[in-house]
Amino acid sequence: MQKKDTSIFKAAWTYDEAPESTDHIQIKKKYELFIDGKFTKPIKGNYFDTINPATNKVIASVAEATTEDVDVAVKAARKAFGSWSKLSGKERGKYIFRIARLIQERAREFAVIESLDGGKPIRESRDIDIPLAANHFFYYAGWADKLEYAFPNRTPKPLGVAGQIIPWNFPLLMAAWKIAPALATGNTVVLKPAETTPLTALKLAEIIQESGLPKGVVNIVTGAGETGASIVNHPDINKIAFTGSTGVGKYIQKAIAGTQKKLTLELGGKGANIIFEDAAIDQAVEGIVNAIFFNQGHVCCAGSRLFVQESVADLVIQKLKDRMETLIVGNPLDKNTDIGAINSKKQLQTIENYIKIGVNEGGEIYQPKCNFPKEGNWCEPTLFINVSQSHRIVQEEIFGPVLAIQTFRTIDEVIEKANNTPYGLSAGVWTQNGSKIFHLTQKLEAGVIWANTFNKFDPASPFGGYKESGFGREGGLHGLKPYLKFE
Amino acid sequence: MFPNLNNLPVYDTTGVHERIARFCSRSIKSSSKIEGLKLALSMIDLTTLEGKDTKGKVQQLCYKAMHPHDSLKNIPTVAAICVYPSYVGVAKKALEGSDIQVASVATAFPSGQSTLEVKLSDTKFAVDQGADEIDMVISRGEFLAGNYQFVFDEIAAIKEACGKAHLKVILETGELETLDNVRKASEIAMYAGADFIKTSTGKIQPAATLPVTYVMFDAIKDYYLKTGKMIGMKPAGGISTSKIALQYLVMLNEVLGEKWMNKKYFRFGASSLTNDILMQLVKAETGIYQSINYFSKD
Repeated sequence: MQKKDTSIFKAAWTYDEAPESTDHIQIKKKYELFIDGKFTKPIKGNYFDTINPATNKVIASVAEATTEDVDVAVKAARKAFGSWSKLSGKERGKYIFRIARLIQERAREFAVIESLDGGKPIRESRDIDIPLAANHFFYYAGWADKLEYAFPNRTPKPLGVAGQIIPWNFPLLMAAWKIAPALATGNTVVLKPAETTPLTALKLAEIIQESGLPKGVVNIVTGAGETGASIVNHPDINKIAFTGSTGVGKYIQKAIAGTQKKLTLELGGKGANIIFEDAAIDQAVEGIVNAIFFNQGHVCCAGSRLFVQESVADLVIQKLKDRMETLIVGNPLDKNTDIGAINSKKQLQTIENYIKIGVNEGGEIYQPKCNFPKEGNWCEPTLFINVSQSHRIVQEEIFGPVLAIQTFRTIDEVIEKANNTPYGLSAGVWTQNGSKIFHLTQKLEAGVIWANTFNKFDPASPFGGYKESGFGREGGLHGLKPYLKFE
Repeated sequence: MFPNLNNLPVYDTTGVHERIARFCSRSIKSSSKIEGLKLALSMIDLTTLEGKDTKGKVQQLCYKAMHPHDSLKNIPTVAAICVYPSYVGVAKKALEGSDIQVASVATAFPSGQSTLEVKLSDTKFAVDQGADEIDMVISRGEFLAGNYQFVFDEIAAIKEACGKAHLKVILETGELETLDNVRKASEIAMYAGADFIKTSTGKIQPAATLPVTYVMFDAIKDYYLKTGKMIGMKPAGGISTSKIALQYLVMLNEVLGEKWMNKKYFRFGASSLTNDILMQLVKAETGIYQSINYFSKD
């Protein structure tokens, strides 16, 4: 193919700012812990700041829960468990439905706060995070009175108090993934949101209060790693559900060894996105963009390793570069923003460090020119071309908008390479050949495999990992099981 | 040169629709909106293709083309007037002194069900009358029957008959049904000598759609990469509001980019779009939506 200067396709028309308005939202200056149906001051009186990563300005100050506070929360949850677990499934379902509807009613406010606190583009929080969170509550509300049909000839019983620790990448959605199945199955909850993104969980606490859910059924304690450790190590917790890094996941598994606590872990990933020569190339390029640049790459199931069949590698990479030129990086609240702010300074340093490692390892780097705002945490969408399985940027989870690109020749080769990782969370396959898709989905070791799409979520579809990406499933019928025992 | 149709890119309909949804979610505000609206106005092929067309009707439409809304300053005229061959002479005379082009449909428009001889003489007549642009239709029946060479030869013959006139090739995508067919027909048209490829006659539903236009953009892009030649694009039919027009422009901007962002390489085949754009431009200037009766219907 004759190569022409492709800068000719560059966009000329720049869109004026189209910021989502923020005057309809309510954020308090100070947030307390949500324990036993009330907002409660922390016993030791410590607070930390939550920061807008697009400006590095403080949004609010948030209570830090210590071991003592966690203990109060667990006691409240234990007390509530008695009557909540005896309530009929139909009644439990009503409360969950109510929460779902209240989220829908206040979706716009939730979306803006999610983008303010976490840096994700408003397009994503508005169209993906918040509607999906509401859908999770709707979905599990439907299961609450059908548990005996979900598990025929067995008698499902709730476990007790669930300690739930969630990450900063999808704050409200992760809270929904955790709380909805726990409530549907008759458990009570102590949930800790991430320290950089506590606001939507605290807004959810307000909704829970408004919904009339019996006090103590859901308790939300804010804080950093120590607060999480207090939950994990609390003797009166029956189940731990954690989503976050593999390092912390390993720590939790060690910490609860020898106890009766049940555990589900949803950890890191290094998803393989595989493009065959017979794929719809243009849509595959779009799929690559969705796989790695969705939510700034802060996605555990991101397609961070790209495998392209050698015969179409040049074409795919050229089209990908062209497409990246049109990505708009900047103010998360602008409706036209495609890529928002990196969630925290610390995470930005991690990503920048990996980019340095990639360059030092000899990877061919490509970044489009971006006009970043002056303040805030920003990172260009980044490609590393011509890397191999031996490169660290191919092996380790970066959790940012950085894609490592390798080529392959045969199906067996790509299966071997795709599985050649300690992780096993997600994978993507792009081909117009249906039988090839089924061949690969049988062989790939990943909890979720997308065909001709990527990063699609639905409450009815179970989600979880293989290998060091964790165990247990969230979503779907499978998502009920980790919260039940069978007699 | 007949193109290689065996190795064409394929399209995943779901994926294309997802991409289109992204273009449609762009929020175009303030000065970029005015810029877009003026650009869209300048790209319109103001069209009348009815059995009841008359000399009087065409003359009125030509005046509208030159004077879209005289109370509004700094707005462009439309790009062209599009009529049947029998009114090319009338339009040419009415538009004298302006730089508005006269486009004529030809080749047994809209069905194309006639002999090559008839189609050639239809084309030659329009060109002799002074048409600057010829909008031809392909033989969809032959295309669907797999006679690609027939379709190619026909386009090449019409191109020759056009002489200096620009050739727009109408694929009538509503009858081709699949995106892969649209790509194949685009390929045949471009290699056979089309200056523009165009979606629809406006007589068949669905007419222009964003997914179909996207695939044609992709074909134009690949053709440019292979040959260095820029082909124009004209979606036609069903583009009746400013909102839809801006969605097309966003897609044009982000797929083909600035070189195609002008009337030389992009046209809207439309009639009622003009007044909707004018209404939006007046609103941008005055802050008030005026009644549609303030805008002339010709």
